[in-house]
Amino acid sequence: MKKIGAIILSTVLTAILASGCGNNNTEKSGNSASGGNTGGGTIKIGADLELTGGQASFGDSASKGAKLAVQQINDAGGILGKKLELVVSDNASKSEEATQVAQKLITTDKVVTIIGASTSTNTLGIVPVATEKEIPLVSVGATNPKVTVDERTSKVNDWVFRAAFIDPFQGQVMANFALDSLKAKTAVIYTDTSSDYSKGLQKFFEETFKSKGGEVLSQESYQQKDSDFKAVLTRIKAANPDVIYLPGYYEEVGKILKQAREMGITAPFLGGDGWDSPQLAEIAGADALNDTYMSNHYSPEDTAAEVTSFVDAYKAANGGAVPDGMAALGYDALKLVADAITRAGEADPAKIKDALAATKDLQLATGKITLNETHDPVKAAVVLKFVAGKQTFETKVNP
Amino acid sequence: MKKLNKNFWVGIIAALAFYGVVQVLLTTGIFTDVTRSMLLLIGVNIMLAVSLNLITGITGQFSIGHAGFMSVGAYTSAILTLDYNVPFVPAIIAGGLLAAVFGVLIGMPTLRLNGDYLAIATLGFGEIIRIIMLNTEYVGGASGLSGIPAKTTWTMLFLFTLITVVVINNFIGSTHGRACIAIRENEIAAEAMGINTTRYKIIAFTIGALFAGMAGGLSAHTFYVITPGSFNFLKSFEIIVMVVLGGLGSTAGSIVGAVFVTLLYTYLREFPEWRMIIYSIVLILMMIFRPSGLLGKTKFSLGKFGKKEAKANDAISENSAP
Repeated sequence: MKKIGAIILSTVLTAILASGCGNNNTEKSGNSASGGNTGGGTIKIGADLELTGGQASFGDSASKGAKLAVQQINDAGGILGKKLELVVSDNASKSEEATQVAQKLITTDKVVTIIGASTSTNTLGIVPVATEKEIPLVSVGATNPKVTVDERTSKVNDWVFRAAFIDPFQGQVMANFALDSLKAKTAVIYTDTSSDYSKGLQKFFEETFKSKGGEVLSQESYQQKDSDFKAVLTRIKAANPDVIYLPGYYEEVGKILKQAREMGITAPFLGGDGWDSPQLAEIAGADALNDTYMSNHYSPEDTAAEVTSFVDAYKAANGGAVPDGMAALGYDALKLVADAITRAGEADPAKIKDALAATKDLQLATGKITLNETHDPVKAAVVLKFVAGKQTFETKVNP
Repeated sequence: MKKLNKNFWVGIIAALAFYGVVQVLLTTGIFTDVTRSMLLLIGVNIMLAVSLNLITGITGQFSIGHAGFMSVGAYTSAILTLDYNVPFVPAIIAGGLLAAVFGVLIGMPTLRLNGDYLAIATLGFGEIIRIIMLNTEYVGGASGLSGIPAKTTWTMLFLFTLITVVVINNFIGSTHGRACIAIRENEIAAEAMGINTTRYKIIAFTIGALFAGMAGGLSAHTFYVITPGSFNFLKSFEIIVMVVLGGLGSTAGSIVGAVFVTLLYTYLREFPEWRMIIYSIVLILMMIFRPSGLLGKTKFSLGKFGKKEAKANDAISENSAP
């Protein structure tokens, strides 16, 4: 009996230690951005974000972006004569907690709109709550089409909107970029089959690439946590494509790029926003990243006025940190809500919902946004090129 | 015998009274949705902890695969209600039964192992289930199933939790339960006394899996979304923490542990930056100052509030400990 207890105790403590490692990025973020709740004088907006757990860095950036937006709006006098108050709550990167947090925000904090979460899965945990309670939801980072359109009934979720563009769009952008800018005629697609995100990008890249006259030489696949890719890369080398589309997350992408370049594959690699992490350059090495391109929501190096003013304000508020894509999306999600409240004329959830659905040509940090009939933003994507291990702005692709 | 019956009925009546009070508070709106979903989560966690306690605390088989059984139940019942329009209760029961089948299938080869070896084998099982779900397009792959109808009501959940506790508690008190305890205390001695150790281990494993599967189904119908990632080995550890914290081998302890961990976790949500630190410190302090858990080996009996029996039990276990 004693022995079992000892085994259990040590295993449990190890596990806690392991799970604790994911949390060291968590920033201090009290549960209220503007502090004093004076009741009638404020409009409350809830943020259901990943402040701890596996996706903590996404949620952390998004909440900083949203707080910046709130601060700017309040400094400019608020909305409809009232100040905005952002109530940030942690969903620990779990969808069932996202559900509970949404219930808490609506019932206890009485928010009129919720922004969050920063991943599709966690947002799906909020969607039924928002629909049932009739509170508008603007997802920060959900890119999966089924967040706004119910996959079983194909009906648009009335109360759900999003700030990020959807997966199919990224696939199309990169296919067009490969054909038009890189003059590619043949491609190999190398997909992460353990991720829906990767499979979504792969599907739409292939469709667009083929329909515009390109040829897909072969489809290859890997799984998350794989570490040796040489067998597949040998086949890819033999196929000798003009470009290789690699829609995965940075961890495996970094290893694949490193091994591919070591094996002498010189063709350009293309990817999506899953590449967006400082760790990519650390894993792959700056040399391996030469001649690679990724699509993303925005680039801090974009010289458009709305981007530079956002980047400057964010740096000033966060001690010089450069905002990543998720920070820009958090900022945009809150600006979308603020714009809708202004146009609605009062902080009433139903009116905010109608105003959100009618969002048109709104200038935000990630571009000019129009929400289409499925509540997805129609906006430009940027293509970034890696130069000496750093993302540099290559071009902006309009839908 | 009479005493046992009296205890049993006092327990049931106390539980029903608790149910009635909560039901009134819910219908009058004093308890909000937040409290309601917390109560549902507590119920699910009680089912998980009590069923794992049967395997780990009573039979002494260290299993890290409990989240695997939970996911079998969750996926089965969710698919049944989503794609086949099966009513809620049969779907939950079907989920539990399939999890029990897995319990037998996994138990047969692995329960011949013991201690650390069994732990590794069950860990492997949990991961295999997760990887299968991850790569099966039909169950949604990595993004899982979403839009599951929230059919779990307080009444349903209460009934399932009560059934779990009563069935497992009665099992523990029966001949079979005593055989399981014998296996925990000394497997060789138990075998020498004519107990078919493998058979009893499989029985305990199967009953545990059955209720874990039902808990999974109830949880899926509370929180709308299930993904393979929510049933990883960390989830199994969460359940183990509840059992150990409450007192390994005590049903009442598992209940207290489940309630305590769930409340702790929920209320710490307000302090995201401190959440894991406080949670870990509480666990460490608990294990240093109260290694036998909150309730030690207290038996489940509201009639006497478990006082006398607890002492008697502690004395026994202290004597038997080497």
